[in-house]
Amino acid sequence: MTAKISYVDVEVGTELPAQNFTVTRATLVRYAGASGDFNPIHWNEKFATEVGLPDVIAHGMFTMAEAARVVTDWVGDPGAVVEYGVRFTKPVVVPNDDKGALIEVSGKVAAKLDDNRVRVDLVATSGGQKVLGMSRAVVQLA
Amino acid sequence: MALDQSFVGRTYPPTAPYEVGREKIREFAAAVGDANPAYTDREAARAFGHSDVIAPLTFAFAITFKAAEQVVQDPQLGLDYSRVVHGDQKFAYRRPVRAGDRLTVTSTIETVKSLAGNDILDIRGDVHDESGELVVTAWTKLVARAAEEA
Repeated sequence: MTAKISYVDVEVGTELPAQNFTVTRATLVRYAGASGDFNPIHWNEKFATEVGLPDVIAHGMFTMAEAARVVTDWVGDPGAVVEYGVRFTKPVVVPNDDKGALIEVSGKVAAKLDDNRVRVDLVATSGGQKVLGMSRAVVQLA
Repeated sequence: MALDQSFVGRTYPPTAPYEVGREKIREFAAAVGDANPAYTDREAARAFGHSDVIAPLTFAFAITFKAAEQVVQDPQLGLDYSRVVHGDQKFAYRRPVRAGDRLTVTSTIETVKSLAGNDILDIRGDVHDESGELVVTAWTKLVARAAEEA
């Protein structure tokens, strides 16, 4: 593993470059195919509303994958991430239009651990709501 | 309906091997819009110290969740799958998943509980490679929301 970030160069509170991710219905169809998760709540508005959702929602695992990019784009080698966990607190609602929904992700170093590892805490919101909670990654730095 | 508590600690037999394909990794990375070259360019992956292209962090879920389905759809457990939402997800990696891996998953039920009418299930999936080495462990919390009053 070869992280491009050095342990000595980060402090608790160091911010990772924030990123925004757009998700449309087309994104969800593509993700369904790639991941094999064809649950209709992620593409069928009629089904989604019948089970009590406001509209079609993004796959939680899609949101988790996007949030991870803030960490992996920062560190370079995705293999440097040794732990990654999230709680799905609110769904990302994806309207049937050209704009879709926006997922905004920021992260900062929350703790410096042993063996050149750090814990990064992520915040992910969509439409002003926190969509991931307890979103944390442990990263092996150089 | 309360879940059958006797399922706690139960481990299911390992799944048949899943072979991780280079093009499947490329398709997955494209679907999440992740252009990191470690997923598609073998030389870039090698520069990071990997023997072949690696998979994005959440790729393993497709394999572990398929394995978990045999658990959640076990009629004896009594989970109402139509009311299930994904609560938490966590991965601990010994090494990245990479192209050419032949992976098996062993699922274990860690927790079965009911809280305010919701049924909660924690499933651990241990993913091993062909040589029997642990690659990644995935923890999945599923919540079956309480049925509304009739």
